[in-house]
Amino acid sequence: MNDFSRQAGESGAHSQMRKKSVLELRDVSIYYKEVRAVKNVSFNIRRNRITAIIGPSGCGKSTLLRSLNRMNDFVEGARVEGELVFANEDLYGNDVDPVEVRRRIGMVFQKPNPFPKSIYKNITWGPLNYGYKGSLDELVERSLKQAALWDEVRDRLHDSALNLSGGQQQRLCIARALAMEPEVLLMDEPCSALDPISTAHIEDLMFELKERYTIVIVTHNMQQAARISDYTAFMEMGDLIEFNVTKRIFTRPSVQRTEQYVTGRFG
Amino acid sequence: MFSIFCGAVTWSSVLLLAVLLFQVSVDGFRWLDWQFIDSFPSRFPERAGIKSALVGTIWLIALVALISIPIGVSAALYLEEFAKQGRISRLVEVNIANLAGVPSIVYGILGLAIFVRFLALERSLVSGALTMSLLILPVIIIASREAIKTVPVSIRYAAYSLGATKWQTTWAHVLPSSFPGIMTGVILALSRAIGETAPLVMIGALTFVAFLPEGPMDSFTALPIQIYNWVSRPQQEFHELAAAGIIVLLIVLLLMNSTAIYIRNKTEKRIR
Repeated sequence: MNDFSRQAGESGAHSQMRKKSVLELRDVSIYYKEVRAVKNVSFNIRRNRITAIIGPSGCGKSTLLRSLNRMNDFVEGARVEGELVFANEDLYGNDVDPVEVRRRIGMVFQKPNPFPKSIYKNITWGPLNYGYKGSLDELVERSLKQAALWDEVRDRLHDSALNLSGGQQQRLCIARALAMEPEVLLMDEPCSALDPISTAHIEDLMFELKERYTIVIVTHNMQQAARISDYTAFMEMGDLIEFNVTKRIFTRPSVQRTEQYVTGRFG
Repeated sequence: MFSIFCGAVTWSSVLLLAVLLFQVSVDGFRWLDWQFIDSFPSRFPERAGIKSALVGTIWLIALVALISIPIGVSAALYLEEFAKQGRISRLVEVNIANLAGVPSIVYGILGLAIFVRFLALERSLVSGALTMSLLILPVIIIASREAIKTVPVSIRYAAYSLGATKWQTTWAHVLPSSFPGIMTGVILALSRAIGETAPLVMIGALTFVAFLPEGPMDSFTALPIQIYNWVSRPQQEFHELAAAGIIVLLIVLLLMNSTAIYIRNKTEKRIR
């Protein structure tokens, strides 16, 4: 563990002032009814870093991601054990309001899912729900700029979001999540439904976003994980096989299974 | 071969409807004028009209819509979005499906016992509207639930992930997206209500009304009852009056349906 905590400190004095971990997973297990989909997973998610979760299909990576902002609450029979510490509180504590959790930990889904409303309303709906008082025009412009979509849609903010291309829709979904000013942004294979150019757009975007946000991304694409993430968690069959600095995982993994996976020998 | 058979069945039903409409028009058309619409019933066919029945029907449908749409849509939303899936919800589901198949006369008896007698609402528009609402509620609930089911779950997740409550999600996304489907169900249900006679006869709607209802507590008559009354008289002229009444009923129905379809298409466009 010492190895990568030293690496995380390299970014300079300003980040050392704050607590480095935003989310701490301690012995997290997730069940669907009787099936244990995630088994005793522990690792920390660092502030202003991109953490990638990789692994073969069905390894529990999406399940783990959804547990980080309590989206698993909507899956019947899902149950979480262990501790997920966010802002000094267990996310699954009794007095925690899941709605509040989702306001502070945003999510982007595998398939772009804009609301069937205008681009403008897609952005403003979330903030208005919790009583946003500032200028809506500024909010829309700021969010779309952060998601690198502003120049493409500035003239048609009141058109339906469904008229956008797939890649644009996904960036709109990112903008929509950013408008909530979340502390953490969860991304569940955000590029899997997109073409390479749109994927490149979104990867560039993530580099910019980590200045301000903490990102956790689940991806099938190992090159993507290697390109963009600072930390990588490799999971298999619900177990966390290895968690380390991305560079380590892809060059000198300490577990043989990890090496076999990242070099494409299975999965 | 099969497609020819299906085509024949389809066209024969259309043909049957056309014949029916033609027969009715031939019989009733010569009676259909403003005097007919603007007169109360009378012993003399040339002075008889359907004013009170038409106004009664409009009152009735408006009240039924007011009562049944909020209750039906709320029930559907509750069952789809809020209720825990389990034995009780399945029981409710099966019961609603069964209620949709109960003969309307049974609802009439129920209305007579509960609204007219027990709640002492008398033979008023309210009693009629409440009875009719009971009759069409299952249809509205089933249709609305189907419409709500078609709203993709990804939209709900998107809303939840933005820190929206269940209610905010339902109100802002689920309901508007399922609105066209709900409207279709409501139209079908109200169209059924407008043509129902049996429950109204049962709760004692009047057949000869020479005044207009002025409020929901007044007694009333409705188009199907007036038509039924005319048909059961011996004179040929009254039979023709009944045909004219049927034409008016059909026009009201078509007007209602086309308005609803117009509203539906408009909202559909807004959503797309």
